[in-house]
Amino acid sequence: MTALLEIDQLLGELENGLRQLLEDRGVAHPALIGIRTGGVWLADILGKRLGIDEPFGELDISFYRDDFSRIGLNPKVKPSSLPFDTEGRDIILIDDVIMSGRTIRAAMNEIFDYGRPASIILATLIDLGARELPIQPDVTGRTLALSSDQRVKLRGPEPLHIELQSSGQ
Amino acid sequence: MTANDPSPNHLQLTRDGQLRHFLTLDGLDRELLTDILDTADSFIEVGERRIKKVPLLRGRTVVNLFFESSTRTRSTFELAAKRLSADVLNLDISTSSTSKGESLSDTLLNLEAMASDMFVVRHSQSGAQHFIAESVTPGVAIINAGDGRHAHPTQAMLDMLTIRQHKGGFEGLKVAIVGDILHSRVARSQIRALNELGAAEVRAIAPATLLPTDVESLGCTVEYDMARGMKDLDVVMMLRLQKERMEGALLPSEREFYRLYGLNQEKLALAKPDCIVMHPGPINRGVEIESAVADGPQSVILNQVTNGIAIRMAVMSMAMSGQTAERQQKLSDTGEAAQ
Repeated sequence: MTALLEIDQLLGELENGLRQLLEDRGVAHPALIGIRTGGVWLADILGKRLGIDEPFGELDISFYRDDFSRIGLNPKVKPSSLPFDTEGRDIILIDDVIMSGRTIRAAMNEIFDYGRPASIILATLIDLGARELPIQPDVTGRTLALSSDQRVKLRGPEPLHIELQSSGQ
Repeated sequence: MTANDPSPNHLQLTRDGQLRHFLTLDGLDRELLTDILDTADSFIEVGERRIKKVPLLRGRTVVNLFFESSTRTRSTFELAAKRLSADVLNLDISTSSTSKGESLSDTLLNLEAMASDMFVVRHSQSGAQHFIAESVTPGVAIINAGDGRHAHPTQAMLDMLTIRQHKGGFEGLKVAIVGDILHSRVARSQIRALNELGAAEVRAIAPATLLPTDVESLGCTVEYDMARGMKDLDVVMMLRLQKERMEGALLPSEREFYRLYGLNQEKLALAKPDCIVMHPGPINRGVEIESAVADGPQSVILNQVTNGIAIRMAVMSMAMSGQTAERQQKLSDTGEAAQ
């Protein structure tokens, strides 16, 4: 299992998938936005690999979560930072792990409050399935099916690695 | 009761230390004050967006309950609630039911019946918000927007946010509060916040007639001579001369006060060259502060107003969050008891 989660291999998949998709869609100047925390590390790496010089955006979705009335506010919220105007831009939205899809919904709601993008491509390093909303990544590094006692987490930024935990053992 | 209660935290904090009401800075530790400032920083960024609104309090109802008139505080609370997507009701009680004889408790019961989630309260009576927080339905948050001479905690916190923005922190800072400290709830909250956040020195600069008798026990030094008091200052916080609260002859004249305690360019030059000038507003030009200073390069008075919206968004969302956590806690307690 661990061997399947070599970070370099997954990053390679993500990079190649994104190159292909950008070419297919004819997107010449995409802007990168990473979702804190793991997505920001990935945006940094992918920006360099894809040759995108423009600084990437960092999104903290705490103010947009759909479970405020159940769990309240994240006490460690940090300001989002989008160093470019999203209006009319082709955005690559990056997160480390996708599961329910709720984080991505929140992130898209937040992005639209900065301006209406021309398009959004969703790239995730790991897709765990278990979706609760009709949101699918356009590009993903690896699709995994975890058993109920397993958790996966991206650790970083130096060294960036994927941690697979089993609570049952 | 309550205004002098040494531990108001059984009221304003949940069991695990989250804010659920915001009544006073007394008893709130540096970590919580810093959390408020950090959360406000994120809301400042929201205020710079095309759409300056987040969905945190969507579907909630916030009632601005002002028993005393106010323009800046009420409008920034209103804007803060709207930017959190809450529905806002503004009630100017001084011209409403209480003048028809309705008691405070009855007014509140009626507002609770409208399914309100939060009351932002200003009252001329010190401790009024404590009284309301003690009697309000569980789940409803109370925010103090100024009570009598006691406290104005959101004003003090927006001042702290402004200082942190310009000075990077509080360590080593020398800060003076100048003017009508006797009638000022703002000054009490400022002194408390500055001490908790670690300022090196807090000076009260005022004539003896405008200082409360116990002023040093609040945590400050006292200076009657403004020229001496301005020395080495990093921050000078002016206060409004509260003419409407003055009973008897506390001052020989406004002109005399301005000569001795008004901030002009000559006096400001005695402070550090990068000393910032603050004022909670509304400013009385030519009474506490010269126009050239109020509008000058060292003035951050309008930053304070902008920061007021972010601080109020932070406090409102944190209190609502604490109420939420508490309700979940109670639900799980009852759930466990039922099993």
